[in-house]
Amino acid sequence: MKRFKFLLYHFKKNPLSIAGLVIVVVFALIAIFAPIIAPTPDGHHDPYMIPRDGYVSTPQPPSSDHIFGTTQGQYDIFYGVIWGTRTAFQIGLIVIAATLVIGLVLGSVAGYFGGIIDEIIMRITDIFLAFPPLILAMAVTIALGASIESVMIAIIVVTWPSYARVIRGDILAVREEDYIEASRGVGASHLWVILKHVIPNSIYPIFIMASLDIGAVVLTAAALSFLGLGVPEGYADWGQMINFARNWIVGTPTNTFAYWFTVTIPGLFIFFFVMGWNLLGDSLRDILDPRLARR
Amino acid sequence: MEFRSYLIRRLLLLIPVLFGVTILIFGLLQLFPAYQRAMLYVTDPRQLNNIDEIIQMYGLNEPLWKQYFTWLGQVFSGNLGWSKVVGMSVTDAIFNFLPATLELAIFATPIIIIGGIWLGTKSAAHKDGPVDHISRAGAIVGWSLPTFWFGLVLLMIFYGYFTGLFPPERLSTDISVIVHSGEFTRYTKLNFLDGILNWEWSVVFDALRHIVLPVITLSVVNIAFIMRLMRSSMLESLGRGYILTARAKGLPEKTVINKHARRNAMIPVLTVSGYLFAAIVNGVVITESIFNYKGLGWWAWRTAINLDVSSILGFALFSGVLFVLTNLVVDLLYAKFDPRVRLGGSIK
Repeated sequence: MKRFKFLLYHFKKNPLSIAGLVIVVVFALIAIFAPIIAPTPDGHHDPYMIPRDGYVSTPQPPSSDHIFGTTQGQYDIFYGVIWGTRTAFQIGLIVIAATLVIGLVLGSVAGYFGGIIDEIIMRITDIFLAFPPLILAMAVTIALGASIESVMIAIIVVTWPSYARVIRGDILAVREEDYIEASRGVGASHLWVILKHVIPNSIYPIFIMASLDIGAVVLTAAALSFLGLGVPEGYADWGQMINFARNWIVGTPTNTFAYWFTVTIPGLFIFFFVMGWNLLGDSLRDILDPRLARR
Repeated sequence: MEFRSYLIRRLLLLIPVLFGVTILIFGLLQLFPAYQRAMLYVTDPRQLNNIDEIIQMYGLNEPLWKQYFTWLGQVFSGNLGWSKVVGMSVTDAIFNFLPATLELAIFATPIIIIGGIWLGTKSAAHKDGPVDHISRAGAIVGWSLPTFWFGLVLLMIFYGYFTGLFPPERLSTDISVIVHSGEFTRYTKLNFLDGILNWEWSVVFDALRHIVLPVITLSVVNIAFIMRLMRSSMLESLGRGYILTARAKGLPEKTVINKHARRNAMIPVLTVSGYLFAAIVNGVVITESIFNYKGLGWWAWRTAINLDVSSILGFALFSGVLFVLTNLVVDLLYAKFDPRVRLGGSIK
């Protein structure tokens, strides 16, 4: 509780962290109210598939029907970016939750038991960390076939090892404390000690920091979709919408920015989403860093 | 621990990791059907008509461990399979596309490192001043920019609006003719360098014109990363006792910042150079795909969307091994110059 108050106090002092919070909250509201902001047309089955208005290949500028215009193939940009917010949160939350669970289980087992178990788990993380993340993610995505699930699995595959390592390190530090010894001494089981004493004492900052990685996760997912490896065509996803725009960066001879909306609008959504999380993350990291804290 | 025993220990640790890397790649390979896996054993385009024969020959329906060792044998003999997208073997494709990417990296890496360190130092030296605020805001923006979007916006402005000022691809058509003509010797396959060596300034100029936007795209995010790291490291260094001593004995502020504080603050930047390498490889794939710049990243992208299994896994293996070796070199340098690393328990 004292920690929480301390956090809140420093948080309120920093205008950048407030800005970050506001951005993230606005995006959360967009995601929650997506069906109201951009209602799915009648007879359209999957709300995550962007409705099309014809099949003309040239993007159409903003009009009263399509306030942000349409992409090539007449996908509605407004609908796409609004529902894309949902996709972003979905990917971010699921990936972070899964990496935390995997990291927590493997990291705490490695850190608590040490010895050969620790050695094996750490060597496995070494292997996964031996690849540039995007390259491994690309290989995993195509191996599993293009779908939003493949994208999530691919990102989980490349992010869990660093979590496992950080958690292991923290557990190692906590393990040496006297109260752990005391607990073991009165006959508590390993599982009990890990769950009841080790994890609560080392995990609190990791949870907060993990949630702030949502921005980075969404950015990787968008990059995969941009490369044409992620979601199926027409799925409401920011990265894919920018992929649709890549053939339209050069305008017409009379108007060089004729198709500006196809690139700019989905890009701004990604940019602000990631920036919101980064602003939030930066300030919280400063506050949570024990070396800087309480100075 | 002696440096030599540290070195030996690290080299021994390399074996299980590299072994594991091959197992991971092989595991991924198993997610593909046999006719696609067969591409990893093809060495000649004529074999493409006899895929069934290859499946038989290399026992792709045999137990996994047998297949693994057959495959490993192939890898060690330098055969990574056939890249159907570019119609050459994967090994040839890697060597063919490497110079273009190298050219990009040669320009981008110094800009990232020098730019990041310089901005970080300035920012920390003028903490909470206007310079600091501007560069920090710039870093947050740069750090949040989706690289792929930023590159497209640059193209929209500098290729679309200022018609053809900084075009995509590697060379213009007319210059490409010069480069591939008999009179032009391609010593290094780095266009700007070959241009200088051939005393052909139009080639140098054209190569530079094509590389400006990719270099900017690749650099911005990473400069922001290095700058943030450098700034916090500088701030910590400036708070140390030896800085107080240096100031107390009347050294000029410039010397204090540049000699005493910055040199110590650069150590963490050195330790992330492994990470920087990975970030550049990631960025190269995205950047080259935006600018249609035909290097390794472009090839990896084309092969991935065309499900060219042998190429993408070959590239993953190649970049993985390179990354492991980069990290090894960084760690060894670090241990050489900072004895605390090899003495401490952090080696594990």
